[in-house]
Amino acid sequence: MQQRDSFFNTLLVAVVLCVVCSLAVSAAAVVLRPQQEANELLDQQKNILDASGLAIGEFGKLPSQLNRDQVAQLNSWVSEKLVNLETGEYTDEVDINRYNLVEAAADPNQSVAIVDPEFDPGEPRRPKIMKVFLIKQPGSDKIQQVVLPVYGKGLWGTLYGYLALKSDLETIQGITFYSHKETPGLGGEVDNRLWKAQWDGRKLFDENGKPASLVFKGTAPSDDPYAVDGLSGATITSRGVTNLIRYWVSDEGYGPFLKKLAVELGVKPAGA
Amino acid sequence: MSNQTKDVLFGPLINNNPITLQILGICSALAVTTKMETALVMSLSVTAVTAFSNLAVAAIRNYIPSSIRIIVQMVVIASAVIVVDQILKAYFFDISKQLSVFVGLIITNCIVMGRAEGFAMKNGPWISFLDGIGNGLGYGLILMGLAAFRELFGSGSLFGVEILPLERNGGWYNPNGLLLLPPSAFFMIGIMIWVIRSWKPEQIEES
Repeated sequence: MQQRDSFFNTLLVAVVLCVVCSLAVSAAAVVLRPQQEANELLDQQKNILDASGLAIGEFGKLPSQLNRDQVAQLNSWVSEKLVNLETGEYTDEVDINRYNLVEAAADPNQSVAIVDPEFDPGEPRRPKIMKVFLIKQPGSDKIQQVVLPVYGKGLWGTLYGYLALKSDLETIQGITFYSHKETPGLGGEVDNRLWKAQWDGRKLFDENGKPASLVFKGTAPSDDPYAVDGLSGATITSRGVTNLIRYWVSDEGYGPFLKKLAVELGVKPAGA
Repeated sequence: MSNQTKDVLFGPLINNNPITLQILGICSALAVTTKMETALVMSLSVTAVTAFSNLAVAAIRNYIPSSIRIIVQMVVIASAVIVVDQILKAYFFDISKQLSVFVGLIITNCIVMGRAEGFAMKNGPWISFLDGIGNGLGYGLILMGLAAFRELFGSGSLFGVEILPLERNGGWYNPNGLLLLPPSAFFMIGIMIWVIRSWKPEQIEES
């Protein structure tokens, strides 16, 4: 046993083990990578279909029940564009295929600090450029919906989601969160279908053009065009959702883009 | 099946359960048992990791220098966990999203390390592999029990299928929110340990 505990043997075992294990781990990562990327893309597409209600509209099914072909078919309605939030113009400064929201928000060169916003999303920075999704019927040039990526702090972490607007750009079509850390059963009920369905038809701006969407505390009054029911036991999550919607449609978020798009679509600019 | 095999495979279910007798792996038992689905995948992942890391450690046990044996076990376990995590991300994407950080934390699950050091270092590869499966099953049994109770009474469903119609969906059942929070799992593990030790008093430790 002297042999086994010798200095040389210890070193040898350590080196051989590390090489073997790293080969196994790298092989698994490389072999499974394409599958994982396909999953991430599919997940993103399903979430966009969820926010925009297309899956229900076309197939009468939830996005999670669609097969790959059906998702691909609906996804052909969706086109991606990069938008400079400052100017509201489309941009191709960066490669759209390599754009990553989380990386852009963390990189000081690609993002700006959120300082003293009117509606606080609870986040330190936002990207200068965001990727938006336009939905058009096949064979038509008319924009039917626009899907905006949004994010903001809930109770335990950042909620990442998509906000779909109807073509008048002031009515919500739907909202969905694809990543969050809220408590299951309480704040986690942001995933609840029935709650999400309430957003359909809610208005974004009050008569002064200010963002007015609201997660009400309690049951929302039925005559309130801006509010949906609050999530019981999730005051901070509810407040976070209110703030993140208001922030992103305000002039500090997509405001300039929405105004430009309203002119393009020939509808009255948001809130005017 | 010989007696030893049986012992190794089924002993950890009740008699030598890693959670209720050895009080190992509590952290993940609190975190992933709000739903049956995540608990099942977590149980299978831990079973796979324990079995294969036991197998690997037992296979090379005669070559491992005792001065670095813990680190060697750690490296084997960590590699197995990363491979499992990658497989989940590729084939069970939705569930791996829900399990998030807890798959990575299997590395620190005391059951895995405990079996590698306590069993696989002294026994052959095949019997160590079975020991890993047995302990994974023991862990899984408790997890599934906890998850069934918590999901049924906390969310009114089992495996996501609604069993008790919820008030907020137009039914009659008002779910117990406490069951969805980690402390409830603590209470329930405590109650389970109490029940098992009343039934099998030989498990009670001398104070």
